[in-house]
Amino acid sequence: MVTTWANRRKTRIDDLATGRSLGADALVRLRRNPVAIVGAVIVGLFILVSIFAPWIAPHDASQSFPELQEGLRPDVIPGPQPGFPLGSDQNGRDFYSRMILASRQTLLVGVFATLIGLFFGVLIGVLAGAFGGWVDTLLMRFTDVLLSIPSLLLAISIAALAAKPSQTTVIIAVAIVGVPVFARLLRGSMLAQRDSDHVLAATALGVKRRSIVLRHMVPNAIGPVIVQATLTLATAILDAAALSFLGLGDGDPARAEWGLMLANAQAYLDVRPALAFYPAIAIILVALGFTLLGEALREALDPKGRR
Amino acid sequence: MLRFVVRRLLQIVPTLFVLSLLLFAWLRLLPGGPAAALLGDKATPEKIAELNRVLGLDQPIPLQYFRYLGRSLTGDFGNSLISGDPVIDEIGRALPATLELAVAALLIAVVLGIPLGYVAARYRGRPLDTTTVIGTLVGVAVPVFFLGFLLKQWFAVDLGWFPPSGRQSVSIDATDVTGLAVFDGLLTREFDASWDALRHLVLPAIALATIPLAVITRITRASVLDVLGSDFVRTANSKGLAPGTVRGRHVLRNALLPVSTTIGLQTGLLLGGAVLTEKVFVWGGIGTLIAQGIERRDYPRLQAIVLLGAGVYVLVNLLVDLSYALIDPRVRLR
Repeated sequence: MVTTWANRRKTRIDDLATGRSLGADALVRLRRNPVAIVGAVIVGLFILVSIFAPWIAPHDASQSFPELQEGLRPDVIPGPQPGFPLGSDQNGRDFYSRMILASRQTLLVGVFATLIGLFFGVLIGVLAGAFGGWVDTLLMRFTDVLLSIPSLLLAISIAALAAKPSQTTVIIAVAIVGVPVFARLLRGSMLAQRDSDHVLAATALGVKRRSIVLRHMVPNAIGPVIVQATLTLATAILDAAALSFLGLGDGDPARAEWGLMLANAQAYLDVRPALAFYPAIAIILVALGFTLLGEALREALDPKGRR
Repeated sequence: MLRFVVRRLLQIVPTLFVLSLLLFAWLRLLPGGPAAALLGDKATPEKIAELNRVLGLDQPIPLQYFRYLGRSLTGDFGNSLISGDPVIDEIGRALPATLELAVAALLIAVVLGIPLGYVAARYRGRPLDTTTVIGTLVGVAVPVFFLGFLLKQWFAVDLGWFPPSGRQSVSIDATDVTGLAVFDGLLTREFDASWDALRHLVLPAIALATIPLAVITRITRASVLDVLGSDFVRTANSKGLAPGTVRGRHVLRNALLPVSTTIGLQTGLLLGGAVLTEKVFVWGGIGTLIAQGIERRDYPRLQAIVLLGAGVYVLVNLLVDLSYALIDPRVRLR
């Protein structure tokens, strides 16, 4: 059949009639993408383990065992043995249980840091994008300042303010680093819509300004922010590990969190490298999982859908 | 062009001004105020009051701010609590070490990253490409300090190929000219000193280079793919231009714009990575100053370094914008 204008027009209408939104379309594309599947499997496993951690782990994170402590020497940390599949940590605790339980704390740090950053970033972005003008200028000047400090340096300066570093200060420090990124992204795509036809149409229909912003502009602008949030989950976990390494992590030796465990294990790298390797591999896998998922999401949501 | 530079420089002023306000407030956010934080365990109400008087903290806040601003503008950031020296002198002494490390890392990242990204894009979907893409994804997921420790353990401790820490062997009596150890050796014709410094530089530079290398490779690949699919490349190919000409003049040049932005951003982030790398390799640069400053809560020092870091970051990004005009003549800076 010769492709006429009318035919092309018909197929176009048929396409539209199937009524697949960009979101549904993205989901279909995600399911076909092996990168997304690998990322989702890693992240899914991580979340499952962290939910069921207390039931999987045979022991408590802070419980020391005399039979393990007996074997501790300045140059010896007991390895795997019956009842302790990964051996002892530097304090005679069950390393396996700590690894499992740490997944929870690590997820907690990553998720909370990202969510707090996302909340304030979206708040600033919506205000700037919705109002424009001097509100926009003022808020963006503020994000400029935060962005002008290299991210790890910013996290360090915030975390260093705390007299006693804790998990909360780590979360806050990592969260603040994300705020300007989310704010800028959202503001950019919202400003682009201010003059677009669908906003004009909504205005002409007499839709309230608040509804226009919240129901017409934000849903259309949130895509890149969601992608960024997925990627931020990875960097948040890595940044938290870096802060722990610099001595700005939680000082409580009983706390099991991969970044903290990795940082503390550096002193025992000669004695028992496994103490550093397991948390490191866990962090790398989880960061990789979130990155893969984020990248796949970015591709899926890209209307060009080429790369 | 000149107008563009001047305007961009003027735009930096309000940013740095707000930053100075933030940093000023930052110290006052300390629990119990700076004096209590500085004194630590030794803090008594009398001592706090005395230190407040000495530091001028009993003055009205706006006055304090303008004093602080005035001093900062003249390069006086106060004295380090650890060494007692002016912070600006400490930074001056440590800067060459970090500069050397950062330049080496950036060199590795750019020299390897751009060709790697380009080749991966050319052979898209082949094993080489897949390996590269996986490598870039893993590269950003590895904690920098852990990678540093691994390199140190394997190549310095176990294999003994490189020295495990420091910038130069103590046994070598090198002449210090600029503070850049490798460069100094060449300058004074003490080639053994240069070689020794270079050997010290290898592992920390690799550790610091991984993240920028991964990011630059990935952006180059994506950007080259974008350009390869464009109409003008097809036209250039179909009108029979030599493949080399198409690659160099059409593809690479157009693909480099986003890459140069990335290089700029990564340069700014190097300071963050340097803190971790320098701590692992006992490097003795700005990163070491920060790490020590954190341990001892040396706030004047941290404050000055953050301000400096921000200044450098903003300037580097200005340079990147300027480089656009060199790479792409269509970009007119106004």
